[in-house]
Amino acid sequence: MEITVTVNGTDVTADVEPRTLLVHFLRENLRLTGTHVGCETGYCGACTVQVGGVTTKSCTMLAVQADGAEVRTIEGLASNGDLHPVQEGFWERHGLQCGYCTPGMIMSAVGLLEQNDDPSEDEIRHALEGNLCRCTGYHNIVRAVEYAGAKMRGVEPPPPDWTTDFEGVS
Amino acid sequence: MTTTTSVMGGIVRRKEDPALIQGHGRFVDDIKRAGEAATAFVRSPFAHARINSIDASGALAMPGVLAVYTIDDVRHLGPLLAQVPVGKLRPLLADGVVKHAGEAVAMIVAETPTIAADAVEAVDVDYEPLQAVVDLKQAASDEVKVHDDLDSNVLVTWVAHDWWPGVFELTDHRPAIEEAKKRYDSVIVSIEMTNQRLIPVAIEPRSVVADWNRGYGRFDVWSSSQIPHALGAAIGKTFGVAGNDVHVIAPEVGGGFGCKLNVYPDEILVCFASQRLGRPVRFTETRREAAYSTIQGRGWIGTATIVGTKDGEILGYELDAIADMGAYSQNFTVAIPVLGLFVASGQYDIPTAWQVRCVTTNTQTTDAYRGAGRPEAAYYLERIIDAYAREIGMDPGDVRKKNYWGADQFPATTNVGLAIDSGNYEVNLDTLLAHADYEGLRKKQAQALQEGRYLGIGLATYVEVCGFGPSVLSEFGFGWDAYGMPSAFSGSGLVRVNPDGSATVIIGTGPSGQGHETTWAQVVHDRLGIDYDTIRVTHGDTAESPAGIGTFGSRSAAVDGAATWQAAEKVRAKAADIVAHMLEASTEDIRFGDGGGYVAGAPGNKVSWAQIAEVAYKPHKGPDGLEAGLEAHAVFSPGNATWPFGSHLAVVEVDPETGDVDLMQYIAVDDCGNRINPMIVDGQLHGGIAQGVGQAMFEEAIYDGDGNLLTGSLVDYPLPTASDLPAFDLGWTNTPTDVNPMGVKGIGEAGTIGSAQTIVNAVVDALAPLGVRHIDMPLRPRKVWQAIQDARG
Repeated sequence: MEITVTVNGTDVTADVEPRTLLVHFLRENLRLTGTHVGCETGYCGACTVQVGGVTTKSCTMLAVQADGAEVRTIEGLASNGDLHPVQEGFWERHGLQCGYCTPGMIMSAVGLLEQNDDPSEDEIRHALEGNLCRCTGYHNIVRAVEYAGAKMRGVEPPPPDWTTDFEGVS
Repeated sequence: MTTTTSVMGGIVRRKEDPALIQGHGRFVDDIKRAGEAATAFVRSPFAHARINSIDASGALAMPGVLAVYTIDDVRHLGPLLAQVPVGKLRPLLADGVVKHAGEAVAMIVAETPTIAADAVEAVDVDYEPLQAVVDLKQAASDEVKVHDDLDSNVLVTWVAHDWWPGVFELTDHRPAIEEAKKRYDSVIVSIEMTNQRLIPVAIEPRSVVADWNRGYGRFDVWSSSQIPHALGAAIGKTFGVAGNDVHVIAPEVGGGFGCKLNVYPDEILVCFASQRLGRPVRFTETRREAAYSTIQGRGWIGTATIVGTKDGEILGYELDAIADMGAYSQNFTVAIPVLGLFVASGQYDIPTAWQVRCVTTNTQTTDAYRGAGRPEAAYYLERIIDAYAREIGMDPGDVRKKNYWGADQFPATTNVGLAIDSGNYEVNLDTLLAHADYEGLRKKQAQALQEGRYLGIGLATYVEVCGFGPSVLSEFGFGWDAYGMPSAFSGSGLVRVNPDGSATVIIGTGPSGQGHETTWAQVVHDRLGIDYDTIRVTHGDTAESPAGIGTFGSRSAAVDGAATWQAAEKVRAKAADIVAHMLEASTEDIRFGDGGGYVAGAPGNKVSWAQIAEVAYKPHKGPDGLEAGLEAHAVFSPGNATWPFGSHLAVVEVDPETGDVDLMQYIAVDDCGNRINPMIVDGQLHGGIAQGVGQAMFEEAIYDGDGNLLTGSLVDYPLPTASDLPAFDLGWTNTPTDVNPMGVKGIGEAGTIGSAQTIVNAVVDALAPLGVRHIDMPLRPRKVWQAIQDARG
């Protein structure tokens, strides 16, 4: 089937098998490999993108369902070389380790902050429930989202809370 | 010579991150080779069955199917290699029988992944089911055998006083412990506990693509592996190709946690298929398939016993356990419990009798999963100490302090004959108790109980053993001989100052998120003063690195980091000669820092690294006899392991009506020696603790009696989510080691080793007023609720 999708602002027309998932369309047809596949049950969230402005797990949607829609992926987040505040927050607050869940996690956080740019810690944790991270224990992801929220509100981000100082106790 | 202090010990944003946060990181499945073929595996629906026939004609007739391989095609390549070849080694594909559900029976190679997946359905396998053994006690009884050609399902029994016969002369503490049990004033506390089987679940499923080049006689392999160098050696050995003709690249690796520390059948089979078909061949596991194609961890049942006095002196500690090896022995499978045995006594100077029977069952193989044997050891010890403290009515912190190795007792030789170089346990625990306001928490707990609320405070400590040395351990199996790489657990670092004064650092690790590019740049910057931003660190590529193994066992900083330090020292010595010549000074007066070298006391008159490098690469400008170039390589073989330690505390509230556990606070004080980048150390702890909490509260690989895995997807195998975990509150103490020049100990597994028992201790502490003495993990609400009902009678 022929579909036309606007991906990160560019119209793309392609012929796809009806069973092609949106995530595979992005990765295989468009070679936008920042969107990852971590499971096949919609649980891990590594494939999270925005479709029509709505946070969406792209492994739960067929490419043909995105016909005519606007899709935004991790590759479309930075503009003119400037990182999105959420990307900056993940870098500044060590919100990633292996980086595999990160694109999906960032896209979910973007979705949250576009709705509410001053979420509480509980609201952040609740909003990210659909994105699994095995490396960070989520602690610094929450801090990264708080940082990004502050940036988006135009206020000074809270200071980092990691243990500092080379000198120990003993 | 000294350098200025610098970003060493400081917080630096990671070099790794810009690519990863913009979706430009390159994981194996992102890297496509022109003309690559896809694979899919036919997997057994039975846990134990004879294979009467395999009919692949239907699959072979499908358009786009290139080949269907069975064991008959690959038997000559031998079984999968294992460092400790005790038990049944895994055939590359099932050989006449299957021994666990999901075992690969045939491999499809096709033009596309969808064609390969469709072809799986067209292969007709005639199975004759046999009785499966899953229960560990049943397996240990040998009532039903897993492998006809093995004498027993018990593959090996590790005993503390005789774990390496002929090498260590150790005391058998069993008679003394039996005597202690007979003392009139002794208290005996004994509990049978399960340390359940877990599925590692790195969020990136494993992927591998192999490309055989007939002309060069070379394999190019990209694999999501923690051990690219060892993988290259194993492929070379298997195919009779020189190890340096196997080029392995582990690019970005999306989490490892030990599950990518094996060479897997699929990694060998894609090489085979590529050779046969003359084109690149890829395998990428699905999440559900990963429960069959990738190792699992833990899986112990054991009875822990403490005999002690009524005032808290522990007279003896015993563990009698059975550990599940699964159907086949892979890389380190049967050796994993030995890592637990190394830390069987934890932080305590107590007579210890430990016995672990390693049994084979009709389940997926177990091997190293974050902590690997050490979380199991810490769990049994710290749970039973807690029960003992409760039994004698003593504070759990006080009991621990009473039995510690004192700070003045190091180096301390453990029951199993290994030397702990350094420790400072009481200060570490006191730091935690002060930081947590332990007394205040106890008051709050008593107050809550009066209001009918069940708060629990869990305390646990651990000592870890990691960054392994000495190299003699390779004779035991902690080496790479089986893969055709006769190497101990050594580390490699190469430091090259380029002609433009920038530095390239090539290390022998295979990281999966640990921030090595950042940390190693800090080390080299610290030693040489080269601008941090001009230092490029590469890893995971066997063609680039002169030596290496990979990343596992919390070893990278302490071993490969130390090698890099040594290499930087060599570069510094040579550069000092050059600078001395340039500035007409003595070599011993040369200092480095802030982008160049200078004479002590005169940092204003500095030669830059670009100037130093130019002389090095134009030796006529340097001192007489200068050898051109400016690089050095070092291999570091540590004289001992390192022994990090820590104390953890959890505060929970349990709802007695629902059994729901609310993890309210988690406080940890860990000691990994010097910290190169505290931000990264914190991150390792956060993730490690989260995995321990996952085991304590959520995760369990469940097999039914027929050996079917009931928890193969993330729907049935819940990982902790962001809302399941609190913010972590971390502190630290610093007891450097002298095993390596940086005084670092390792932090990758510490959080996991310290945390599961902390949570269970807290929940049992909360419910002790109701009479609950123990609940097996995971502490899901139904199980907790049931335990409360049982205790209430």
